[in-house]
Amino acid sequence: MSRKINLWSNLDWLTVMVYLMFLIIGWVSIYSSVYDDAHQSIFDTSRRYGKQLIWIIAALFIAAAVLMTDNKLFLFFSYFFYAFTIILLIAVLFFGTEVNASKSWFHFGGIQIQPAEFAKLATALALAQYLSTTKLKLHDRRALLSLALIIFFPVILILLQPDVGSSLVFFSFILVLYREGLSGYWILFFMLLGVLSVLALIINEINMLALLLLSSFAAIVFILRNFKVITKGTLIFIGVSASVMGIYRLFSPQTLLEVQLILTSVTASLVVLIISYLSRIKHVPIVLGFLIAAIIYTYSVDFVFDNMLMPHQKSRINIVLGFDDDPMGQSYNINQSKIAIGSGGLTGKGFLQGTQTKFNFVPEQSTDFIFCTIGEEWGFAGSSLLLALFVFFLMRLIYLAERQRSPFARIFGYCTIAVFFTHLVVNIGMTIGVVPVIGIPLPFISYGGSSMWAFTLMLFIFLRFDAGRMEFLR
Amino acid sequence: MKDHFSDRKYIIMAMIVLPVIFFIVRLFILQVMDPSYKLSASSNVLRNVTQYPSRGLIYDRNGKLLVYNQPVYDLMVIPGQLAPFDTTEFCSILGITREYVDNELQKAREYSRFRSSVFLKQISSLTYAVLQEKLFKFPGFYVQPRTLRKYPKDIASHVLGYVGEVDRRIIQENPGYAMGDYLGITGVEKTYEEELRGEKGVNIFLVDVHNRIMGSYQDGKFDVPATVGNDINLSIDAVTQEYGEKLMRNKIGSIVAIEPATGEILSLVSAPSYDPELLVGRPRTGNFRQLSADTLNPLFNRALMAHYPAGSAFKVINGLIALQEGIINEHTNYTCPGHYTVGRLTVRCRHHIAPVALPAAIQYSCNTYFCTIFRDMLDHPKYGSVTGGFNVWADHIRSFGLGERLNADFTNELRGNVPVAGYYDRFYGENRWRSLQLVSLAIGQGELSVTPIQMANMTAAIANRGSYITPHILKNVENTDANPVSRTKHETTIDSVWFEPVIEGMYRVVNGPDGGTARLAEVPGLEICGKTGTAENPHGDDHSVFIAFAPREDPQIAISVYVENAGFGSAMAAPIASLIIEKYLTGSVSRKWLEDHILAADFINREIAETDEQEN
Repeated sequence: MSRKINLWSNLDWLTVMVYLMFLIIGWVSIYSSVYDDAHQSIFDTSRRYGKQLIWIIAALFIAAAVLMTDNKLFLFFSYFFYAFTIILLIAVLFFGTEVNASKSWFHFGGIQIQPAEFAKLATALALAQYLSTTKLKLHDRRALLSLALIIFFPVILILLQPDVGSSLVFFSFILVLYREGLSGYWILFFMLLGVLSVLALIINEINMLALLLLSSFAAIVFILRNFKVITKGTLIFIGVSASVMGIYRLFSPQTLLEVQLILTSVTASLVVLIISYLSRIKHVPIVLGFLIAAIIYTYSVDFVFDNMLMPHQKSRINIVLGFDDDPMGQSYNINQSKIAIGSGGLTGKGFLQGTQTKFNFVPEQSTDFIFCTIGEEWGFAGSSLLLALFVFFLMRLIYLAERQRSPFARIFGYCTIAVFFTHLVVNIGMTIGVVPVIGIPLPFISYGGSSMWAFTLMLFIFLRFDAGRMEFLR
Repeated sequence: MKDHFSDRKYIIMAMIVLPVIFFIVRLFILQVMDPSYKLSASSNVLRNVTQYPSRGLIYDRNGKLLVYNQPVYDLMVIPGQLAPFDTTEFCSILGITREYVDNELQKAREYSRFRSSVFLKQISSLTYAVLQEKLFKFPGFYVQPRTLRKYPKDIASHVLGYVGEVDRRIIQENPGYAMGDYLGITGVEKTYEEELRGEKGVNIFLVDVHNRIMGSYQDGKFDVPATVGNDINLSIDAVTQEYGEKLMRNKIGSIVAIEPATGEILSLVSAPSYDPELLVGRPRTGNFRQLSADTLNPLFNRALMAHYPAGSAFKVINGLIALQEGIINEHTNYTCPGHYTVGRLTVRCRHHIAPVALPAAIQYSCNTYFCTIFRDMLDHPKYGSVTGGFNVWADHIRSFGLGERLNADFTNELRGNVPVAGYYDRFYGENRWRSLQLVSLAIGQGELSVTPIQMANMTAAIANRGSYITPHILKNVENTDANPVSRTKHETTIDSVWFEPVIEGMYRVVNGPDGGTARLAEVPGLEICGKTGTAENPHGDDHSVFIAFAPREDPQIAISVYVENAGFGSAMAAPIASLIIEKYLTGSVSRKWLEDHILAADFINREIAETDEQEN
């Protein structure tokens, strides 16, 4: 008995209040976005807002149920839960219903379940379990490999559906690993990859190559400051390049110029790398190694973009990079979304007064583009307030995570933070046109039972750990 | 476990806060600073006004206007922007009732509160002029300019066809159309829909709380202007068309005239016809229902769709086939006792000079002669069997474009019927039929049926001495080099040398000094060559048929005329054809008495009168 009272008073009510606020804001925004005269009651369950209320009530039951359980349950069953989700992810590839060319949903009567939503939770649990119980060090290669497996196994299955949006969320777990001691270079590395990918798509291959070569040259000059060695190295580089190019000219002049140039510079860099390594010149081999990796990476980004992405994914990326501007085509969504948000002004048009988010002006207005309704009807004041609320929520969760005594709870808390944060950034970024259109929901706000329940489960499992944080002391 | 990395929480916090700050700045720019998205608070909205293109105009072959456009206005409503207004004044301007207003607003609300619905279609420019002044009193309403078809003359309604609104089925099949769009439903309007249609555009306006347009959105950056449809020139000659329709008044039937050298259709008359204005705009539905219910079926395009027997006019083809197949030469004579009798079968013939060779047989339309040569051909041993002979005969017939759609540029053309051997096999049993059983084909009766346009085309092929170009109604599309019509040249299976004797016969039909079946059709100097026909009609009086072309050398016009229930070909069809040829070639009519005679003839009301008598 005492445990329960303890739980009740130890629960972080502030977070619960913010959670409830999100639910209400979401419900009201959905009401406004699909409002129509014929169905004015917000409780009308034939409309999305009525259904959302049912999802909300169910979510509250889930939350209560989670709080009632013993938190050791999640500890013990975390791997089992992970395995079960993996089975679901495989099953959905075979038995799922195809919606918009991807198999992501199970349909049970009127209820739709998206296993990918629950996979985030399961992966978080498994990750927390693995990180907290093994006495591992995060620069240990084998540990890194197992962690990568835990994270990327579901990613691959989700990519097979294909659902790029959901799979991207899993990358945010790197943030958790960072908190637990993964080298900061990994974060820098992933950021660098991102920058290179964007540059590779914006700049054409030859310019990109020139850019990479010049920057590595500048780096080497900066590091060595020994002009004799530099001149030697440069001469070797040019000599090798010239001979490789000569061989191409002689034997296969029909090869694409870009391919010739790329292979030539990779070969030349490799030769200089080996020579400098053998001559024990410091740092230069590393710079050249990076150069080679970067060249190969850029080329493969272009290759993936040109050959492996679907047309709608290409055009979404192109829109954000500013290549396509066609108001009635793919950029229509973003343009309409920006018009809706932009038309909100400082204080918005008022509740139910939005016109751009009604009906078909903005697609998916109650799900992925719900932020448009908020932006239009509540203006800059309302939308920045919502963002501030999210920041407060995440900061509060960090505070809670940091006060955990068990590493499991802390790691799981950070997983929760990472997932919410990614959803927030990608979703809002998409509606204001700074991130490609990736269909992932705004946590607790967007319409839909599946995502709301998954988010609620995650949040309340963490809150349950937090409420019981004293138990681990005894 | 000791936590060495707890300070990293600050970096993570920064990583969370920085993008959100970036977003807030971005939102500030988007919502507060950037004027292009800024629409001041209240309920200001963008309004997408579709710019409907006006359809291309339609001209005749000489540039005479046949169809143009009149402006009308659709009154649109956006229920979400309505404010209380003076219903009485509103109703009196538009001439509508209070119930209509309530009904339409209810419908519009059910459709959408924020998107526009059509409130009242096709307001005339006069009403619009009054409404425009007062529109500011009625927020939520605005007008959308549209165009409707207008016809300077009540002619060629079957050729032109009509325009209607798209329905759900069309939108599903062709996503380029949206509710409220117009498209051609029949005739040229349908065949050349793509050329005539033009491209829709859109204007995006900023509208203030008083429903006034404040200007274009982002200086019209997203506006798309409408592109007017292309004008087209038809091969129709408006004068001939009008004259033909005038002559066919109070008659049922069809006239098709073709320029033989080009295949261009000069006139296409189907009688009775209807006023094209009846199928324009709001009254269309009601009028259409009324026209469909009419027992004379004015909507039925007889020129393309009516199946008639070819009648004696068909003898010319049988003569050509016999020549081609070497059954006869132009001097082969047969005598005629005034009837053709084999066993129990008797085909009667008129009294005329006998014996006759081919030209005279055509001149006098001798049944005996054509029955004889037809049977001689089918029974000729070189074909092995009657079936063999029949197949050769039928192939010749088909080479004149009979029994198949000509693929003229109309959508509702029918095939007619040229029987196949299999048909007789089923009827009589395989190889159990003899030439005698088919003998009515010799004089254009029997299982053979043709459409008026096929007969005109066949005549053109004779005029061309053995070839024809797919008949078509389009001359050219303005502003394009594209040529949407097929102008394929078809060769018949008859060598050109065989046409002279037949044409000589046709010449004598009209101009023979010793009498011909259509002497009434003679116009001195025009050298009309023709052939009468009397199509036996099991349902009532025979149909009067005439085919003709003129002049004999370098023919300018080939024509077929069908007048239902008008008796002998010489009685009605021949004079009509003659008058039209004269009008087309000389521009005037010299025989006022003949014209009056034709105009006075009435085969519709006469029938009604007869029916009345019977009923009494």
